[in-house]
Formats: sequence, structure tokens, C-alpha cells
Amino acid sequence: MLLERLSTAFGPPGQEDEVREILRQEITPHVDKIWTDALGNLLAEKRGSVQGAPRVLLAAHMDEVALMVTHIDKNGYLRFRTMGGIDQRVLVSKLVLVGPQKVPGVIGSKAIHLLTPEEREKAFHLRDLYIDIGAGTREEAEALVSIGDGVVFNSSFCHLGDGRVRGKALDDRVGCSALVEILQRRYPVTLVAAFTVQEEVGLRGGRVVAFGEEIDLALVLEATTAFDVPDSKPHETVTCLGQGPALTIMDSTLIADPNLLTILRETALEQGIPYQLRRTGGGGTDGGAIHLTEGGVPTAVLAVPCRYLHSPASVIELNDYRHLVDLTDAFLAKFMERRTKLG
Amino acid sequence: MKNILQRLIQAFGPSGREEEIRSVLREELAGSGLELKTDVLGNLIATKAGRGGRLMIAAHMDEIGLLVTHIDDKGFLRFTPIGGQDPKNLLGSRVIFANGIMGTIGGEKIKDAKEFKLEKLYIDIGATAAAEAKELVAIGSMAVFVPHFTCQGNRIIGKSLDNRAGCALLLAVIRDLPPVDYQIDFVFSVQEEVGLRGARTAAYHLEPHLALAVDVTRTGDTPESGPMAVELGGGPAIKVKDTSLISHPRVRGLLEKAAKERDIPFQLEVLLRGGTDAGSIHLSRAGVPSGVISIPTRYVHSPAEMIDYRDLTRAATLLSAFMQQDQLFMAP
Amino acid sequence: MVDLDLLRRLSEGAGVSGSEGEVAKLLVEVLRPYADSVDRDRLGNVIAFKEGEGPTPRPRVLLSAHMDEIGLLVTGWEDGGFLRFSTVGGVDIRTLLGQEVIVHGTRILPGVIGAKPPHLQSPAERKEAIDGEKMYIDTGLKARDELERLVPIGSVVTIARKLQVLAQGRVAGKALDNRAGVMVLVGCLKELMAVKHKADVYAVATVQEEVGIRGAITSSHGINPDLGIAIDVCHGDMLGMAEDEGYPLDKGPAIGFGPHVHHQLYRALRDSAERVGITYQVEPSPTPAGTDAWGIQIARRGIPTALISIPLRYMHTSVETLSMRDVAETIRLLLAFIQGLESAFVEGLSCY
Repeated sequence: MLLERLSTAFGPPGQEDEVREILRQEITPHVDKIWTDALGNLLAEKRGSVQGAPRVLLAAHMDEVALMVTHIDKNGYLRFRTMGGIDQRVLVSKLVLVGPQKVPGVIGSKAIHLLTPEEREKAFHLRDLYIDIGAGTREEAEALVSIGDGVVFNSSFCHLGDGRVRGKALDDRVGCSALVEILQRRYPVTLVAAFTVQEEVGLRGGRVVAFGEEIDLALVLEATTAFDVPDSKPHETVTCLGQGPALTIMDSTLIADPNLLTILRETALEQGIPYQLRRTGGGGTDGGAIHLTEGGVPTAVLAVPCRYLHSPASVIELNDYRHLVDLTDAFLAKFMERRTKLG
Repeated sequence: MKNILQRLIQAFGPSGREEEIRSVLREELAGSGLELKTDVLGNLIATKAGRGGRLMIAAHMDEIGLLVTHIDDKGFLRFTPIGGQDPKNLLGSRVIFANGIMGTIGGEKIKDAKEFKLEKLYIDIGATAAAEAKELVAIGSMAVFVPHFTCQGNRIIGKSLDNRAGCALLLAVIRDLPPVDYQIDFVFSVQEEVGLRGARTAAYHLEPHLALAVDVTRTGDTPESGPMAVELGGGPAIKVKDTSLISHPRVRGLLEKAAKERDIPFQLEVLLRGGTDAGSIHLSRAGVPSGVISIPTRYVHSPAEMIDYRDLTRAATLLSAFMQQDQLFMAP
Repeated sequence: MVDLDLLRRLSEGAGVSGSEGEVAKLLVEVLRPYADSVDRDRLGNVIAFKEGEGPTPRPRVLLSAHMDEIGLLVTGWEDGGFLRFSTVGGVDIRTLLGQEVIVHGTRILPGVIGAKPPHLQSPAERKEAIDGEKMYIDTGLKARDELERLVPIGSVVTIARKLQVLAQGRVAGKALDNRAGVMVLVGCLKELMAVKHKADVYAVATVQEEVGIRGAITSSHGINPDLGIAIDVCHGDMLGMAEDEGYPLDKGPAIGFGPHVHHQLYRALRDSAERVGITYQVEPSPTPAGTDAWGIQIARRGIPTALISIPLRYMHTSVETLSMRDVAETIRLLLAFIQGLESAFVEGLSCY
């Protein structure tokens, strides 16, 4: 399963090489042109079947939230900081992989026996944590890893319960996987696919992909928070697993183009594809950067609901993923007719 | 200008849903002789053709609002803010949706004042069940404060004076456009309240050589307010700095010169928190020298903001005088 | 290699974000003999251009160092000759008490930031840091109308600080963040006069970095270089700091590494240092938002970007301290890099 390979691939912000390589191999046979830019975004073009049809940018980010090694101490322990929004409390006692060579390590902390009662009540702070790769000295550690190396969770990918999967980095490898599927078909419109870098550290890759590409509209394929869990109130769920892909009306970086939203919703209704609206104004995606490129790009976001985002193990429902691909597919197939109808 | 301002205030226009205010502005501009167009993000651009340089003048037409995120079993609506909303202002306020449905804002019982946050508030539209509520509004619907407009002496109280006052000012200047040769692009921008977004793409597209934003600013003249040397009735404010912009010294200088030449009282403004469209315009492409004319406003982002009408008319005179300055486009 | 007198003039010159005129004027004059052209762009960035040798297209290199400094801005007047102020950029207001200042009004006025004498403070008060709203600048002027005339709202205020030479080639002063970087630009262009290089070099002293990387955003769009290198300062090691929080002085420039740094460029800078025997350090930055590199990287279609930092103690105070040797070694590193730069390298930067 492509999603499994993508989920377990190593892709901290700025170090997306392994993910990019998988994607390059997957899409090369299906696109007319493929290239990378100065930041490392992987781009591809697939011409539409209609002359002069709109150019549609489809974007999914390759990077994942991660850690970075910032210091190696004399006993071979690695100090680190976070890249992207990681809740520091999830870090303790996890398996990790360090650097492109994927050196295994664990995140250690002082054992509970050694803590004072007050210390036990407190959340772990980054300064209390370190990565132990088994090295006994700085030199031993430096033979295996370097300062600046990215660190990702060493989590397994597995099928879970009824049609659900668990894994790391589903944000946004689900979007990457969906985009690969879309690129296997030809549409009336021309597709410009952008697998972006560094979304998690400030939409960096997304800021440049639309520049100079004369994009008429953009769709961002993402994973978004699902908080349909015990003790959450009904108005706090944001999205729920199993109710279809989530469409964004507004987040902190983007107000989705109302016409695109209308077309997406009509398409879903007509095709009988379930969808839900994302029920929060927070969060952000590459759409925030893309829609402000040059003179502006009408942009919408479709996302697979995902529990435990930015943690070592997130969970999605495969049907939601399937429906995201179906909705994107139907949208692209019918966009030109629907746009004419909308005026 | 009062009648126009009153009309603008009636129009619905939260960030991202500016259709109604845009169409009102279009009507007001119909006889102006300017070329009108709406761009990709929805900015309304009124262009006076010309030679020798391009001046962009922006006033945002959007207003802060609320977005419905949940409808509960009993028909109460939960929401997320559009732009800078303060829970203190919201509790007890009346809001209105695009289709005219009105609601009042209530709050959960809370024990500790620190818990008093937006998440504890909801909109009550009088529905008794989810189904009834859903016939009136949907998840994703947007609401704004209920329009009102009062003129009392020199003072005007109204909703969304931020920035319908700026829009009214631009319309007044357009109506009585000074004879200048260069091109002027008047931009009624969208999505200012959520991050100066419309002005950013408009500036890229228009490539101005010089830009002004017209917007409201806060004052320091109310009881125990934070320190700020701007007051209602003291004349338009010429911005020195806010969070988004340090005004270009040359633009600021020209504004001050124009004010002095025409004996327009003015104030210099340092705004500690907040930004305007000029913040994104000045960073467009290789940079655009930019400044701001501000209308002093009390209770910004509340349901009832207050300005002094004389500040508004003087701001219009100042803008007109600025436009007639010699060597507006001289190289830096 | 480092001209102490010039560093003194740069450090002591006024250039608060948005009011960089004085330091910009000095720079234009200093750079002119070493460049083919020196201009100021619309936002006030100083852009010095030095052409490379050989046929076009030549590699186009942007060196970016911000020339603005943090400072204060007058926001109001009080009876008795006092001024209220706010900050420009990240000023630690606790460092302001008792400082001698220069008020840049319609003319230059000396001033002092007053403080309540300890005798009048309660023991509890003495333990608390003083709130910025409770501070004021005493100009000594008695008439309020004169004060209002001489010091308009929005006048900038700088700390009156002479550059102080310390032991071991170290210096302390204000605004060394980032006049030290500007010093590197000047030194680099000067040294380039004496060597052959193929690359066209744009040395840009940017405005308004301290308030949001603003000058670098517009200058990199305007110049559209093949690659950009930001030169700034990083935290030097000092007492009370963990060993992974700062970089020792006199151990050479710190080459940045992180999402904003292009891997091949990073590698090439390290190779250049090793080739000419420069000691350097590596500065990992997981989410770097605080230098010109942040603005350069996302200009137009994206620019391959690197960051070189000079270790500096007590950042954002008026006694910023650095080693002159680190400044000299940074110049030497850039020279080695630029001299070795070929078109083929630049062309490969978009190949991942």
C-alpha cells in the first residue's frame, strides 16, 4: 500500500528526500513534465484534454512534524528541539529514528522513582528530555548522527478496527497518496501537481509553488484534526471519522473561495459522495500561502479527518480517504461544465 | 458623506463574504466615470487612468464577524471569530446573518472570570430545535453586528465604522476628484480583518509606485485608556508606525506637508497593536513606499464604534491635498 | 582585516528600524569605492553591486545583512520635559533603566531614562522588573510646548553608547546586531577588489529586519538572485547558559542549518571554510524566523538560501559583545566561497 510506504518514510521539514523519491517514482510514468525547485518542492504537469483549459494546482505537503538534533553531549546523548507543532508531552518514552540513515533511538527521561512528588505532577519539558542512541561518548554518537539531523517517530503502520489505519505522518502523506492517484487519470483541465516541502514550519514550500505558473485555481489535499473522542463536546469535534472528507470554509490562513466550495458541494451531492464541513476557524494549510500568490488564486482545501494529528500514531478511516480521492476526481472531471453553469 | 456612510454601514460584509457591500459600493461608483473591476479575491478596483505614475489608495470594505461552526440539539449556534473579536464585546450583542436572521449572544455560566472566552459563548436565534435552526442558518453561515447609525452633534456612533468610514471617505474624494495626470487605483479591499489579504494581491496586480491606506485607528482619550496621543476631534491621524508598517518617511512627510499647507489639523499616530492594508502593500514585489491616513475611532471592533465627523471630512480634505502634491512620484 | 574605526562609526550611528537614514548614508559613502554601483531602493535598502568577470550568465549572489537596530519611539509628552515611549523591535525594557539616550527630534537632544530611586521603593517593588509604561525619558526641557515642537510623536530614540574595546580583540557596543554583519559586507566587497571572481555580487544592507524581515522580502524580489546568504549574529556563549544554547566567541562564524538553508549551499560553505582553514561552528535552527534568510528563501519561485552568524553576547542590549576575529573570519569565509563559485554549481541548486 502506497500510503504505508509514505507513512513510514523519513521526511522532516527540509529533509523530505526519501518521500520525494517515492513520489517521483510513482508519478513519473503518468505526467508530461516533472521538476524540482530551489526549495525542494516536487512539481509535475499533466496537460488537460481540452485546449486552453484552466490550470489547476493540486498541492499536498511531503514533510512531517519532527525533531532536530541540536547538540551532542560528552556522554553521547542527543539534545533536540521540535520542528513544527509537536505537543512536548507526547515525546517522552517513544522510539525514534535519527537522520537519513534512520539510526534508532529512544527518548529518555528521569525515571519516576527518582522524581520528587512535585516533579511527578509536572509535564515533561524539552530540556528534561534527550535521545539515547546507545552511544557512550560524543565521538561514538558523531559516527552515527550529526547536528541538524531530523528525527521522526519510529511508529508502525497498521490496520486498526473497522476500516481504519494507524501510523505516523498521515498528515499529510494521505494528501500525497491521493494526489498520486489523481495523477494517474487525465482530465479536461491541466493539472499542476505540487508536493511541497516545509509546510509544518510555516507554509514555506507552498509560498513559491504557484509563482509564475499561471494557476487559475488551487485545491489543497490535506489531513485535518478529528476530535470525535470521549469527553469532547459535540461542538468541539472539528471533524468526525467516517463522515467523508472535510471542506474548509475558513481557517487561520485562508477563507476558501466560495465558488469553488459551491462546486465541490454540488459535485459531492450529485455523485453521492459524503463530505463534512470543518468546524473550526483555527489551523492552517499551504492554501494560506498559495491563495495570496501574485494577484491571488481561488483556493479550496479538502482534508481527510485524522485523530491524534502531530503525534507518533494518528488514525484515519480509509473510506474518508477514498471519498476524498473520489470527490477530487469528480470535481476535476466536471469542473469546466459546472464553472460555466455558475457563471 | 453621512448619508453614504449610513448606507455603507447597512451592508453585510464579513471577511470573505463581501458581495453585498461590494455591490453597494459599485452602485455608488456607477456615475463616477472610473473603470470598475473585481479581481480574483473580490477586491473592487476603481481606476482613474493617467500617465506618469500609479498611486494606489486602499480602504478595506470587510468587517469583523462570526462563523457558525456547530448547531446543537436545541438550536443554539456555536461560532468561531472572523477577525479580532473580544468576548467582552460580544456577550449580549445582537448579530445578523446575510439572510436577515437575527440572534443574540449568550454565554455559559462560568465560575472564574479567566474562563470567559469566546468558546463559552453561543448565538441564540430563538430556534427550539436543531432542525428549526438549520432551516434558518447553516454551518458555515456568517454573521455581523446588527447595523445602526446615530449622528449626535459631531459624533457618529455605528457598527463597522471600521472601515466603512474609510470607504465613505474614498467615495467622497472620488466624487470630487482633483485634476491630476497620474493613474489612481482606488481599492476597496477584502479580507483585511483576517490578515491584510486582499490588499496584498491587489498591490501585486496593480504594481503601484506609491500607496496609501485609509483606515481607522484607536484613541487614548477615554477614561483610564491605554496611553496613546490620538483623540477624537483632533483631526485625521497620519500614521508613524503600527505592527504591520513603519510609514515611509517621504510619504509621511508629504502628508504632513499637505496638512500644513491647507491648515488641516492632524495628529501623528503610533499604534502599539494593529495593522492596516499598507502593511501588506509596502512589501509587494520590490517594495512600495506607503503611508496611512487614519480616522480616530473609539471602541474599535465593538458593536458600537464612535468617530468625530469633522475628523472624517478633514481626512478627505487631507487625502485630496496629498493627491495634489508636486513630485509625488519623485525617486527616493 | 576589520577596520575598527569603521565598526565604531557603524555601531555608534543611528539606524532604528524605519529610520535607517544616518547609517545608510554612511554606508553608501563607504561602499562606493568598492562597488560598480551603490543605490537605495524604494524601501531604503542599500544595494551595492560588484560585477564578476567572464561571460554571462554569471552566478548572481546576494549577500544580505540588516542595518537597522532596535530602539525606542516617542509616543507622548508629559509636563516637566518628560517623554513617553514605546519600543521598536525586541527591546528588553529592563535594560533601559538609567540609560543615557539620544532623542532624534527636529534636532538632536540628549536625555536620560529615569528611574525611581531605591530609597523610595518598597522591598517588594525592588524585586519586580519595571513596566515599560512606567518609564519615561527626561529631556531637561521645562516648557511643554517647546518639547512638543522639538520632539514630534514618532521621533526615534537611541542609546548613547560609544563602542568599547575590551581585552582579547573583543568589542562591546550597541547595534552590533547587525552592524557586525554590515561590516562583513563592506569587508567582503573591499577584499573582492583584489581577487578574481566570476560571480556578480549584490551586497545589500537591509532595512526593518527587527520589525519583520521587511527589507529582505522586497530586496530579494527586486534582485532575484541565484542564491542568497544572510549574515547576522547568533547568541554567544555566556555565563548561566547551557552549552547547547550559545556559540563560543573566537571559534569562528556559525554556519546555519535548518529548513531555511539549502543543503548544497550549506555543504559548499563548509567546504570553503575547510579549504582555506577557517574554524567554524554549526548552528542548527529548527524553525528559524528571525533573520533575512527567512525573507530571501521565499522570494518569487524560491531562492537557495544560507545563513552565516557571528557569535554575539548580550543580544538586544546596549553592550552587545563580539570578537573582531570572528568578523574577520566571516569575511574570509565569504571570500573563499565567492571565489570558488561556478555557474554549474548554481544551476544544480534546483536539482533534488
